[in-house]
Amino acid sequence: MSTHRVKIYAGFERLWHWLQALFIITLMVTGFEIHGSYSLFGYETAVRIHNIVAWAFIILIVFAIFWHITTGAWRQYMPTGDRSIVTQGRYYAFGIFKGEEHPYRKTELAKLNPLQKTTYLGFKILIVPVMVTTGLLYMFYNSWSDLWPGGLAWVAIIHAFGAFFLVIFLVVHVYMTSTGETPLSNVTAMVTGYEDIEDAPEEEPATV
Amino acid sequence: MTSRGRSTQRVLILLALVAAVLFVVAAGAVGQTETVAQEDEPVLISEQPVPESVERSEPTADHSKFEILQGPFATGPDLTTACLSCHTEAAKQVQGTTHWTWDNHYGEGIGKTTQVNNFCIGIQSNEPRCTSCHTGYGWTDNSYDFTIEENVDCVSCHDTTGTYKKFPTAAGHPAYEPTDFGGKTWNPPDLAMIAQNVGKTSNETCGACHFNGGGGPGVKHGDLNPDLLTASKDLDVHMSADGAGMVCSDCHEGNNHQINGSSVYMSPSDDSGVDLPLDDGNQATCQSCHGTEPMDSDKLNEHTDKVACQTCHIPTLARGETYTKTWWDWSTAGEFDADGAKITTKDENGNVEYTTIKGNFEWDRDFVPAYVWFNGIVDVTVAGDPVVLNDDGVMELNAYSGSYDDEHSRIYPVKAFRGIQPIDGGNNTVALPHLFGKDDAAYWKSFDWNTAIAAGMEVAGTPYSAGVAVPYSGEVAWMETVFYEPATHMVAPSGDAVECQSCHSRDGILASIGGFYLPGRDGGALDWLMWGLVALTLVVVIVHGVMRVVGSKRRSS
Repeated sequence: MSTHRVKIYAGFERLWHWLQALFIITLMVTGFEIHGSYSLFGYETAVRIHNIVAWAFIILIVFAIFWHITTGAWRQYMPTGDRSIVTQGRYYAFGIFKGEEHPYRKTELAKLNPLQKTTYLGFKILIVPVMVTTGLLYMFYNSWSDLWPGGLAWVAIIHAFGAFFLVIFLVVHVYMTSTGETPLSNVTAMVTGYEDIEDAPEEEPATV
Repeated sequence: MTSRGRSTQRVLILLALVAAVLFVVAAGAVGQTETVAQEDEPVLISEQPVPESVERSEPTADHSKFEILQGPFATGPDLTTACLSCHTEAAKQVQGTTHWTWDNHYGEGIGKTTQVNNFCIGIQSNEPRCTSCHTGYGWTDNSYDFTIEENVDCVSCHDTTGTYKKFPTAAGHPAYEPTDFGGKTWNPPDLAMIAQNVGKTSNETCGACHFNGGGGPGVKHGDLNPDLLTASKDLDVHMSADGAGMVCSDCHEGNNHQINGSSVYMSPSDDSGVDLPLDDGNQATCQSCHGTEPMDSDKLNEHTDKVACQTCHIPTLARGETYTKTWWDWSTAGEFDADGAKITTKDENGNVEYTTIKGNFEWDRDFVPAYVWFNGIVDVTVAGDPVVLNDDGVMELNAYSGSYDDEHSRIYPVKAFRGIQPIDGGNNTVALPHLFGKDDAAYWKSFDWNTAIAAGMEVAGTPYSAGVAVPYSGEVAWMETVFYEPATHMVAPSGDAVECQSCHSRDGILASIGGFYLPGRDGGALDWLMWGLVALTLVVVIVHGVMRVVGSKRRSS
């Protein structure tokens, strides 16, 4: 089977991804210290780092939204609405152990598989907005505490709840990078931008 | 668009992003640097630097030149009469203050005069001992005439020689002839010399009583003791010579002998902030000089709606040499040795551990205060009040009011002084024993609690001067009590303030302060479930990975 080398992740996309990874992990490490799970930097330093990185992350998010809209890349995350997600799920649950082919081929126009589309869409329209909103409410707690006494508990608990889901996301996400053509091909693509993608099957007869 | 144009545009977008992120990080870092640079600098609302040394005004009169002050003076009241010949209104002014009345207006007639604590319990029937710290002479019992002007003790506050000492058991008088007490001889002070050298109050004059509350250095207060006379900056930024070099009256200023600031009318919050002359009459608060937002950090300033300044800036009590008493068990008093002599034992630090007349003590220094919600309202106890125990089986003799939901409340540091003291077991009421006196009913003569309490209750009524007896059943029992002393002096340098994680942690110093969500302390109830989900996820991906490896090996073999 022949492949061709394709630029699959744009420069901005890769910078965005890795900065986001750096920010989320930093927020995670400092956030759980603020949550009281352990002592590492000291509470004051942890809060300071957390707040600075939070603002940096928000700026990154603004740029990323702009990029997704202007480039049309947002279409990559639109669910297909059919049973393809089940097919993809069944592949990870069973087929992958038998050496089956990936059910959906990665193309330049559809670089995310159906499960990824849904997961990342959920990340973008649910987890991140919830974390940013509760984070800003947490940060500016004193400005609204009179309107909702005791509200901080809800804000803090939802924020921490989201953080736990992000830890779970991170574990699965990092593991799933190993399910590409080779264990490192997905990570390599996110670093270099290029991936070797199978030639489309309908083109094969022409080359024979 | 050409590909060259597109790549230029892309580079510009990336540069803009990187610049924005760097800007935020740099701004945060600069903010941090500023905080560090200003640490330990006093943060006053005025932009003027704090002067190196304070030049205090000189008096316009040399009292040694007044003929009437040449003496000799036989007694304190004789001296006061001389003072009043010029300062005609001074005694009237003093007699209108709590320094004179000891009536703190908790309620109808309730004050220091009738209040019960867990040190020597109550003043009533014990006056001559207690009133050695009265700004007057001759207060021996509840028939005391509070209107006699020459009984005001001017020089207890205005002595500048350091030689004026009120005798411990003489109802406010100094010794008039050499008298032995407490293992030393008290010689009569030279009242004429003292009169010719009167001046402003000083840390020494205020401290003569306020540093020795409870009958000795630092006994009662963890934040007021003689260490303040030679304080290092670490002990007290305000009163230390290398700190602000301030004296008591710089904060506790007043007019007409009415002094601002009180251990009774405390102000855990002072929203009026910096006080100018003729301001709110509450000029001894932190905010009076520092304003309501003195910190460099907005986040720290945002704490001030719920946390008193003292909570962070007085990290520990009694940080100097002097210990403060933390426990007093009256129930063990009255033991004698084999020869029938009174016993006194000391602990390894030289503090009295047991005395026959008083029972068992514990002492501490450099310890973390207790913290309470406090709105300035204290509910005090008088003899005959019903015994009311809290959840720990302890009676709070002066319960501090306050809660998170009350806008006037702040989290406030206190010295929680604990002890065991007698009650009227038959009526289950608070007792006031007659301890001091030459009569046989006094506990320190008879060592019989029953007669001592009966004698105390005879005169223990409220209001003080009425002398209404409090019923007593004749049955002695005991209860554990706690008495709160505010912690507001011995402010540490800002670098020594309580650190964030001291409160923002699972088992921090505010572990027992309820009613609100405290980040870092609370919110961990479901953590075990969430970490469990994380662990389960890890297990799933590891098993998944192993199965993939096994599957691919099987296929290739």
